[in-house]
Amino acid sequence: MAGAVDTSSWERYDGRSRAWRIGLIALSVVIVVVSWWWLDITLKYAATAPDRLADLLFRMYPPDIGYLPQVVAPLLETVQIAVVGTLGAVIVAAPVAYITAENTTPNRGTYLLGKLIVTVSRSVHTIVWALLFVVMFGPGAVAGTVATAVRSVGFVGKLLGEEIEEIDFGQVEAVRATGATPFQLLVYGIIPQIKPALIGVSVYRWDINVRAATILGFVGAGGIGVKLFEAIDSFAWRTVSAMLLAVLGIVLVSEVVSAYTRRLVR
Amino acid sequence: MLEVENLRKVYDTGDEALTGVSVDIGGREVVAMIGPSGAGKSTFVRCINRLTEPTDGTVSLDSEELTGLDDEELRVERRNIGMVFQEYNLVERLTVMENVMQGRLGYLSNWAALRRNFPPEDIERAYELLDLVGLDGMEDKRVDELSGGQRQRVGIARAVIQEPKILLADEPTSSLDPETSSVVMELLTHIADDRDVPVLINIHEVGLAERYADRILGLTAGELVFDGTPTELTDEAKDVIYRGETFDDTSHSGVDEAPDQETAVPETAPLLED
Repeated sequence: MAGAVDTSSWERYDGRSRAWRIGLIALSVVIVVVSWWWLDITLKYAATAPDRLADLLFRMYPPDIGYLPQVVAPLLETVQIAVVGTLGAVIVAAPVAYITAENTTPNRGTYLLGKLIVTVSRSVHTIVWALLFVVMFGPGAVAGTVATAVRSVGFVGKLLGEEIEEIDFGQVEAVRATGATPFQLLVYGIIPQIKPALIGVSVYRWDINVRAATILGFVGAGGIGVKLFEAIDSFAWRTVSAMLLAVLGIVLVSEVVSAYTRRLVR
Repeated sequence: MLEVENLRKVYDTGDEALTGVSVDIGGREVVAMIGPSGAGKSTFVRCINRLTEPTDGTVSLDSEELTGLDDEELRVERRNIGMVFQEYNLVERLTVMENVMQGRLGYLSNWAALRRNFPPEDIERAYELLDLVGLDGMEDKRVDELSGGQRQRVGIARAVIQEPKILLADEPTSSLDPETSSVVMELLTHIADDRDVPVLINIHEVGLAERYADRILGLTAGELVFDGTPTELTDEAKDVIYRGETFDDTSHSGVDEAPDQETAVPETAPLLED
């Protein structure tokens, strides 16, 4: 047996790293306790919650199926907000991705500009963008669509940019060696390599946007949310439950479409 | 006629890959450049079409000085230089035909390229070439469905359809088995003859070089130390090229496969700068 290794005991962590780990766990506990205290969370509502929930469900049942035909139009509008918003976002996001990727961005300035666009777009929630655009464009689907697009540009731009950074540069170099123009380089060398990601990310974002668009109506930005908000405001709980079912249906459909499409591309 | 004068390359890391190489290549000769790993073979070939930017010296093709051209002039001149790569460097998700047609992009408008609208004479030529390299009927296959040998043949077709004034091949056989390597070498020599262009192949299998080349260049530590016919490549000459280190005729030179600057070249220069 070589060396003076004690072969009868083995420990995953030495004393120092164990102290670190214990310290981090303690810190997490402290943060939770302080936040709880700060937010003044009490459990007094917890006792009555089951009763209230039961009461709400009782008032929601049975769903007002007869109302559903009136939901079709706003539901379609919701999907369209997602479709147009996502499409617009992808078109804007493509050049953003190009300047965000370190291997294709023309210079340091464009790189930072790309990162700035991505960050600003991503750090503000769709609903907040919608509030802004309702002021700009007035209430309705236009505001919702623009909000959806603006929020999605960062998401799509960031993921596509990362995909461009991962491409095999040898393929691009070979196309360049034939005397191709920069545009041809993009079309023949880069886009084929990111095509699956382009489609996958777009469809995935569309799927997210369908779900996000269902509540855009809460701030007057169109879609099913407008009706939903009205029904909640007027305590028409059976109408609300019918609409929730419809929303659930459309979300399920978009999820299936998204999963299926992403499996198709390779 | 390719004229290289005092070509020198110093990488950002300070490595001097080429110390001032001068050589002329013309006619329809098949020139094999041999040398140990890290000798600067790839750097030399890549400096010719400026995929790697030379530090010093000049490269001229038919008296057009490549080293002095701006981006757009270089792009136009690159149409005259075909290149075959070690890892094939085909665009994997495109079809065989689309990859071959990349060799004509330099003559095509962006709009036509986007729509895959190629002139009939180019398509005709592509079919002929696919026939020549033994890939007839494969035009609609996606490249990622092909074997290594088939891919390299697509790579050759892509370079030849350019109708180049010179064909460069950077370790075209390194990723292939011995039998396929011979097929590829035969193809390259046949093309030199058939198309009346010189072919510069950098290769580390000395046996293949002796068998197929008309002329052999020996590079060691960035310096040209041998220039002669295969028969002139005596054991003493090999000793000089490989610095007395043992080498193996059949496959790799016995020199350590050290991480050399030859393969570690993807420069981080922005894509569209040149």
